[in-house]
Amino acid sequence: MAAEEFHAPSLNDFFPPAVLFEGTPFELDRLMLVRILLSGLMMLFFVIALRSPKIIPRGVQNIGEIALDFVRINIAEEILGKEQGKRFLPVITTIFFLVLASNLGSIIPFINISPNARIGMPLVLAALAYIVFNYVGIKKYGFFKYVKSSIVVPGVPLPLHFLLVPIEFISTFVLRPFTLMVRLMANMLAGHILLVLFFSATQYFFFISGGFQAVFGVASLAAGIAFTFFELLVIFLQAYVFALLTSVYIDLALHADSH
Amino acid sequence: MSLAYLAQEAVQETRSTGFGAIGYGLAAIGPGIGVGIVVGKAIEGMVRQPEMAGQVRTTMFLGIAFTEALALIGLVAGFIF
Repeated sequence: MAAEEFHAPSLNDFFPPAVLFEGTPFELDRLMLVRILLSGLMMLFFVIALRSPKIIPRGVQNIGEIALDFVRINIAEEILGKEQGKRFLPVITTIFFLVLASNLGSIIPFINISPNARIGMPLVLAALAYIVFNYVGIKKYGFFKYVKSSIVVPGVPLPLHFLLVPIEFISTFVLRPFTLMVRLMANMLAGHILLVLFFSATQYFFFISGGFQAVFGVASLAAGIAFTFFELLVIFLQAYVFALLTSVYIDLALHADSH
Repeated sequence: MSLAYLAQEAVQETRSTGFGAIGYGLAAIGPGIGVGIVVGKAIEGMVRQPEMAGQVRTTMFLGIAFTEALALIGLVAGFIF
């Protein structure tokens, strides 16, 4: 009877072999297929929910409206106010629902990975947020005035400016998109590795190693279930935080000269 | 070859791993305290002025996101380097 080793999850899990179109630049592996699938499912949900909308909503339209109202009231209008919130609602809603739909793959049984665990998709979303808030600021104030009022802190003696200006520049124009991206990716990466670890440990304890180690299997199964619920909270929270931070950055860019 | 020479060779072959885990452990101290302070102050604020609870809650999530980002960069840095 051969005892198999326990295969702990590693970073190779995030780079599965190519499934379609191998060798071309459009090569698709499992993770990218999941990206396409989850975005498509989310679009399908909204198409079905808001097809022939009625004044008094019934059924699926209710859920769609609740979700959209959550983003509109609690994220866009709370931070940006009524009219600016309405102006930026498409961007913020897109970001929120795309992050939410992609994150949900982490706990769906046969998908088991969030497409946000590889840096590509958070990179694109962070780039979208970066372009939007810089475009808004530059359009309102003009390029030099916008950069100057974002970086220079008023009411500070001159020698301190030499210290503060580089710090402010890096903090505003480099760290904001970088942390948006890394926050989402690291959350999803850590969640996936944790869940895979617990469930593969359960499999190992129950079926592969024998005897009394099955007791440990019960503990790891309970931990896996508990962390699945925790992961659900993290999924929703990361979508909320991404959209909230995008709207905060847009608001800061709109009011760059009144820090 | 003498035993001492072989032993010396063997010692030079071993490499220590697990620095990533130590690095993350150290990186999680600061944000742990930070998130605790943010949420504690938010709770205090919500108790003192219950009508502002919604805005305080939103700002609390913002603060948590900022401080937790540093802990997560520590986690990812352990995997990369």
